[in-house]
Amino acid sequence: MDYLTIIQILDSALRLATPLLLTCLAGLFSERAGVVDIGLEGKLLAAAFLAGAAAAVTGSIWIGLLAGIAGSLAFSMLHGLASITFKGDQLISGVALNFLAAGLTVVIGQSWFQLGGRTPSLSGNGRFEGWDLPFADAMAKIPVIGPAYDELISGHTTLTYLALLAVPLSWWVLYRSRFGLRLRAVGENPSAVDTAGISVVKLRYAALVIAGVLCGLAGTYLASLAAGFVKDMSAGRGYIALAALIFAKWRPWYALWATLLFGLLEAIGNRYQSIALGDFVIPVQFMQALPYILTVIILAGFVGKAIPPRASGQSYVKER
Amino acid sequence: MTLKTTFLGAAAALALTSGAALADPAIIFDLGGKFDKSFNESSYNGAERWKAETGGSYRDVELQSDAQREQALRRFAENGFNPIIMAGFSFATALETVAADFPDTKFAIIDMVVDAPNVRSVVFNEHEGSYVVGVAAAYAAEGDTVSFVGGMDIPLISKFACGYAQGFKSVKPEGNVIVNMTGTTPAAWNDPVKGGELTRAQKAAGSEVVFAAAGGTGLGVLQTAADEGMLSIGVDSNQNYLQPGHVLTSMVKRVDNAVYDAFMQGEDLETGIFVMGLANDGVGAAIDEYNEALITPEMKAAMDDATAKIVSGEVVVHDYMSDETCPAY
Repeated sequence: MDYLTIIQILDSALRLATPLLLTCLAGLFSERAGVVDIGLEGKLLAAAFLAGAAAAVTGSIWIGLLAGIAGSLAFSMLHGLASITFKGDQLISGVALNFLAAGLTVVIGQSWFQLGGRTPSLSGNGRFEGWDLPFADAMAKIPVIGPAYDELISGHTTLTYLALLAVPLSWWVLYRSRFGLRLRAVGENPSAVDTAGISVVKLRYAALVIAGVLCGLAGTYLASLAAGFVKDMSAGRGYIALAALIFAKWRPWYALWATLLFGLLEAIGNRYQSIALGDFVIPVQFMQALPYILTVIILAGFVGKAIPPRASGQSYVKER
Repeated sequence: MTLKTTFLGAAAALALTSGAALADPAIIFDLGGKFDKSFNESSYNGAERWKAETGGSYRDVELQSDAQREQALRRFAENGFNPIIMAGFSFATALETVAADFPDTKFAIIDMVVDAPNVRSVVFNEHEGSYVVGVAAAYAAEGDTVSFVGGMDIPLISKFACGYAQGFKSVKPEGNVIVNMTGTTPAAWNDPVKGGELTRAQKAAGSEVVFAAAGGTGLGVLQTAADEGMLSIGVDSNQNYLQPGHVLTSMVKRVDNAVYDAFMQGEDLETGIFVMGLANDGVGAAIDEYNEALITPEMKAAMDDATAKIVSGEVVVHDYMSDETCPAY
């Protein structure tokens, strides 16, 4: 394995980690506020579909991005309505959203485009172009750092940089702002927040709005990368993001490392479908299952106890 | 799903009252859906062609889950539809039970062999068609590496990969064919992002032409190949138009012909095993206005030569599914 190969694998890992990271942060905000969000997968799918559809019709991925965020927000609000306002079970509401998204995207897509739930292919301005950072070409000639800068750091789309920026931003919001303090408190002990005269419902809705926007970005990223929507294209990424969230113990920086690890494992699995160790060949099935196996192992032994926000999963009812 | 059942029930009631004696044919599409730009759509086109030419009518249903297979099949048989066509190998188990219960109804299953007196089993020699596109890939690639992206890791998909590798190596014996599968679950058919990443990895490993036999995942492969300046090869339906100028050719499986033939024969459907290969235009490489420019005269000559040799039996393409091994990799 030479240096350039390593760079290419890392580059691929970053591309694969981007949607996971955005979705993971979405789950982070939502669960930190005490709303379990198993509907991430559905939001991702809805956003990817609307982004693909709007970008195909208008020819602009920016309008697609707005549509994707709008779709994901609508799903988020539905989740809020069911689980915050009407105090329904958060898990059931989330699962329902996943089913709704899987069905609706195909039905609506079929009636709009008659392509079997697929959107037309996106091209040109209908997709995010990679950004060449300044001096990428010039730097590429410098040994060691050059290729790393040119391949790995430069050349990604706006959303990848945005996702990386979202990590310190999330950290700042959660741990350094008043809003973040209240948000965390509402996930740990909503009655205390309520006693202080702050609306639990409003805070939880605010968290779901942030989650909706982040999922919208992730869904649009998928649609842009694959140049269109294909049914079920989220392919379980919402659930992997959820696993990464537990893995990251509901913390933004850990979320970055966890999703990068998942991206890296998938990239390695794609690149080396079977690895020969002397006479023994590791089968491809093992490589593909590795992210999941690793999740179990790391969760069981290495990260220590992952404790969710205490009020997570419970709807808040004032005492009467 | 409840809605679907209601519709099915409604359809059944309608069929009962409106005279089941007419014995319209029926077709059941597999989970990919009627408009998957691939396998199911091809069978849909065959049924529509029959409808346009004969003015007849037929009933169809798209499955939503595996559990519905036997139910849908039995419902159609009970209501007197004849013949009943199934698009997809997954129907085998359900058909075995239902076919025995309705000995007077004729069934046809595509891509699978079911041994019953009232069943026609239509199988395709995908390995032959894949061999021909493998030859094309060998001529299109300047170097000696090409690649393959499969959907779910099942023997049927390895059959495509193996035929492709054999065709490629018939021209470039020292060449290298990278074979990747997207996954081991049905989700592998609908993951264009992962398909794209696999394609990039193959490009980095030197591949110049990628053959995608992966359903919706394949769309991501074709797109990424076009983005990265590689050539791609489509599958099942003619996918040349998806990325004009970047799709070298498509390995078409004439599922539409299989459905059309079965519908044409109606209740007198001949049963037994029908093999659709290069010889009877069951499989082949698609050439149209979107890829003409990519097919050089010597490539065309080599493809025609390979086709002729396979038809005459001079070249025998190894079928992966016969012994689950491939001599070419």
